[in-house]
Amino acid sequence: MAYWRAPLDLKKVEVPHGDIHINIEHCKGCNFCVEYCPREVLEMSVEFNRKGYHYPNVLKEGACVNCNLCEMICPEFSIFVLEGKTRHPEADEVIKGKEKS
Amino acid sequence: MSKTAEQILSDELLIPQPKEPLAHPMEGYLRTDRLPHIWCSTCGIGTVITAFIAGLQKSGLERDKVGVVSGIGCSGRAAGYLQLDSFHSTHGRAIAFATGVALGNPDMKVAVISGDGDIAAIGGNHFIHAARRNMNLAIICINNFNYAMTGGQAGPTTPESANASTAPYGAYEYPFNLPFLAESSGAVYVARWTSLHVRRVTNAIAEALVKPGFSFIEVIAPCPTLYARRNRLGSGLDLMRFYHDNAVIDHNADTRDIDIEYQKKIVVGKFVDKEKPTFLENKDAVLSAKLGDKYIPYKGA
Ligand SMILES: Cc1ncc(C[n+]2csc(CCOP(=O)(O)OP(=O)(O)O)c2C)c(N)n1
Ligand code: SF4
Ligand code: SF4
Ligand code: SF4
Ligand SMILES: [Mg+2]
Repeated sequence: MAYWRAPLDLKKVEVPHGDIHINIEHCKGCNFCVEYCPREVLEMSVEFNRKGYHYPNVLKEGACVNCNLCEMICPEFSIFVLEGKTRHPEADEVIKGKEKS
Repeated sequence: MSKTAEQILSDELLIPQPKEPLAHPMEGYLRTDRLPHIWCSTCGIGTVITAFIAGLQKSGLERDKVGVVSGIGCSGRAAGYLQLDSFHSTHGRAIAFATGVALGNPDMKVAVISGDGDIAAIGGNHFIHAARRNMNLAIICINNFNYAMTGGQAGPTTPESANASTAPYGAYEYPFNLPFLAESSGAVYVARWTSLHVRRVTNAIAEALVKPGFSFIEVIAPCPTLYARRNRLGSGLDLMRFYHDNAVIDHNADTRDIDIEYQKKIVVGKFVDKEKPTFLENKDAVLSAKLGDKYIPYKGA
């Protein structure tokens, strides 16, 4: 839900937050996690892992909503997300036009 | 306890010890010493295994009450990576082995995870007869439209006109429509999804694991190395995008109408979910009625 301006109760709103863990050496660079993350939290690395694959990096630390889709779609068991503390969203996350997903 | 040489060295040099790496939440279900697995980059099989573990967790079944049997093929490697009572059987015989395990352990739910070739070609007879008898099995058939492990030969699900190593001018056989085959053979639960639908596959597996009788879940999954490459369809990611654009969810579809044509719409959904006594329930009912106290139903060792 996007608004024209920051809602007055913004500070009362809490969104779930996930802590992302990536086992880069098991990753085979399939890109599934980057492509299907609804919050565009991840991006593929420029670097290679030991097997020569690119792996995901966390692009937007804090934007992960712990939906677990990356963990579920990863064919390699190389990314997983644990429940973090909930957090208050930033105003520009809910204002219309700025919402990403 | 005396310190090891490394500990003394690291204490002295104040080398920070690496923190215990956090464990993947599914690690307890995996034979981690065998990871990373053999499946190619962007192959869909690994995602189905993740969904299987998540479905098993969701089903609430105790892990020592669940067995997994695979046949031979890339998909057949599944049993080897699962930290469960799992068995990698011979080509085409996964359902036959699983039937034995299920009859010998009536309180156990046995799942079969195997490929389209294993289940529908060489294992086709086991498949239809286990369905006919309503054996208490959950079948997860990973359909990548070819015999992947042996080099991309055409199999019973290869769509007409698709290229395969034994069909270089395009396949010209009529493929099986697996959900229709399963339903008409007697399955009580029939679904088809793609590996893109991870959450649907997870739910289907959870439902099939707790459902008494013969359940069948077809999961269409990318084989980038053979099927996609031979047909110039790109990587597994391109096939995932294709599923996204072309899978149509229709739970009410008649399974007779859901043939898969080459690179056309794929109808997915849960098509059958009905109740019917299982093989063992029928056996016990009939023999108890005929033999009375002389018949002692087998309840496991
Ligand atoms: C009795 C027997 N016949 C043939 C083979 C060779 N073989 C190994 S895997 C396979 C086909 C596998 O295809 P599928 O079940 O679709 O699995 P995929 O590799 O595609 O996942 C064949 C024909 C064998 N191992 N044993
Ligand atoms: S848990 Fe969801 S939001 Fe967080 S990184 Fe994974 S896919 Fe993105
Ligand atoms: S889904 Fe897994 S294997 Fe694929 S790029 Fe992401 S972490 Fe790597
Ligand atoms: S050959 Fe195909 S099915 Fe086998 S592991 Fe590679 S991509 Fe997967
Ligand atoms: Mg196959």
